[in-house]
Amino acid sequence: MRLTTALFLTLFLTMSAATAQEADSSLTVDSTFIAPPDVTPVMVKNLSARDNPNDAGGSILIKWDLSVDDIEGGKVTHYQILRAETSEGEFEEVGEVPSGNSQFIDNRADRGREFYYKVAAVNQRKQEGKLLWQVRSESALSGPVKSTAQWFDMRRLNVFVGMIILCGLIIIYINRAKSGKPIFIRKIAGLDAVEEAVGRATEMGKKIFFIPGISDMDNVQTLAGITILGKVAQMAAEYETWIEVPVSRSLVMVAAKEIVKEAYVKAGRPDAFHEDQVHYLTDDQFGYAAAIDGMFIREKPATVFFLGNFYAESLILAETGNSIGAIQIAGTGQQTQLPFFVAACDYTLIGEELFAASAYLSREPKLLGSLKGQDMGKAIILLALLAGIILESFNIFQLSQFFSVIE
Amino acid sequence: MEIFGTWLAAFFTLGIISFLYRDNAWYKLCESIFVGISAGYWFVTLFWDNIHGLFWERITERHDYWLLIGASLGLMMLLRLIPPIGWISRWPLSFVVGATAGLYIINYFASNVMVQVENTLMPLFSAKFGDPLFSASPYSIVGNIVVAAGTFTGLVYFFFSKEHKGAFGGMAKIGIWTIMITFGASFGYTVMSRMSLLIGRMDFIFGDWLGLIR
Repeated sequence: MRLTTALFLTLFLTMSAATAQEADSSLTVDSTFIAPPDVTPVMVKNLSARDNPNDAGGSILIKWDLSVDDIEGGKVTHYQILRAETSEGEFEEVGEVPSGNSQFIDNRADRGREFYYKVAAVNQRKQEGKLLWQVRSESALSGPVKSTAQWFDMRRLNVFVGMIILCGLIIIYINRAKSGKPIFIRKIAGLDAVEEAVGRATEMGKKIFFIPGISDMDNVQTLAGITILGKVAQMAAEYETWIEVPVSRSLVMVAAKEIVKEAYVKAGRPDAFHEDQVHYLTDDQFGYAAAIDGMFIREKPATVFFLGNFYAESLILAETGNSIGAIQIAGTGQQTQLPFFVAACDYTLIGEELFAASAYLSREPKLLGSLKGQDMGKAIILLALLAGIILESFNIFQLSQFFSVIE
Repeated sequence: MEIFGTWLAAFFTLGIISFLYRDNAWYKLCESIFVGISAGYWFVTLFWDNIHGLFWERITERHDYWLLIGASLGLMMLLRLIPPIGWISRWPLSFVVGATAGLYIINYFASNVMVQVENTLMPLFSAKFGDPLFSASPYSIVGNIVVAAGTFTGLVYFFFSKEHKGAFGGMAKIGIWTIMITFGASFGYTVMSRMSLLIGRMDFIFGDWLGLIR
């Protein structure tokens, strides 16, 4: 009897030790604890691994049917997702999800490389953050699978349709403007003041400063800002007034130099252009602000333009410009900085007014047509807002679902 | 060494703050050092992040030879230093401007148009679509109406091809008022956050440097 008991005890301890060896190698299992019997969960079934659709590659979608032990108070605490490059290869954990979840996206699957997957249903017990025991059962293998890139993200079809409508409207109105049909543009006070501001600097015999913000050429506000710079520089060249453009990005410096140079050529004054009119200061936000503040105080420009993308330096710059009595015209799309410009500058181009400026100042049919096309896009949005709010308020139809964008 | 660093930081902090009084030699010194050091720092950072990290390492370790196209565009940019062929530098510039506009138009359209419209399209009198009519609290109903009317009239203000006259002009006026009220709230909020920056500097001066605050 004693011998039988001893044999059973030895067998039980051997099995328990073998089960404990399967524990997650990343966690230290307290060797004084062993998993009790009948705690190993049933493995998951119907494991599938396929390329995650609608992406640029690099991710695999893994799905499975929950373990039958994945119930409340059941034997599954979480699932481990295991990956290998060959079916016989060593499987390593690439992620885990809590019980109740039946899918995982492996975002670290190199595009074009084949992988094999397994999912382990895990049952573990912790006490005060220390792992006491852990058992798991691995599923059958799924694979090989490799991630590929798709040309189209079909979940964003609504964005595509919206873009087609908007671009279509812009093209239609550009063609209409080119055919000679007049396009009305309402008065924008900030832009009407540009000539007055340049003229003031001329009368006072002082400089004009143009600050294109602290962003690089990959920011549309910077693009809008330096487009306006062309018009301002041309006026300055015609009036023979010095315009200075301190910048904080090397690419902006190159673009601004080209634009100012071209403006001087257009004004018939290529000889008046100096390379150092557009100069680099520093990429650092507050270093740039400190340098411009110093220049404002020492050179006391009559006119300052702040047109581009600004952050916390906006008020520092605008307040200094205000303190020296310069006429200031600002414009940005940064809604957190606009209040400061409104408070400290004479004129402020709010958001889209900045983007409309080039059309407004140049009156070129192509740009005016584009502006009109955008307005028509806004009209469609206004109608959608009106109709959608009424329909949703009275539970008739949920129009907002068509505008939902999946990131 | 730490004490020296604290004293140096205090020297520069006070030098920059001295601009509040007037432009002076101390400020000029701090400004010049700040601009010079930051320009140098950014040069080194950009070199190691971009030229070494994003270009050289990827070429040598991952053999990602597509990057050579970008590198050649970068080299073209430097050709402006050679006046006879300086015009070539316009090509990479055109590429950057064009590619930027193309790439960002989708993101801007998605986030500034689609998401905004989706968030504005909401039932005025209930918490969500399908809930019984007038099931939302009076405060929520007023809030919903303000958001819907504010967005609608705000958008009317940004109509450029129609004169702001009559009812349209009235709506545009409500729109700009809404925008200005929003700016007022934003102004207060941002000033409050800037105060914390000032407090941080004062904490450094009176705490770390002078030791008056423990």
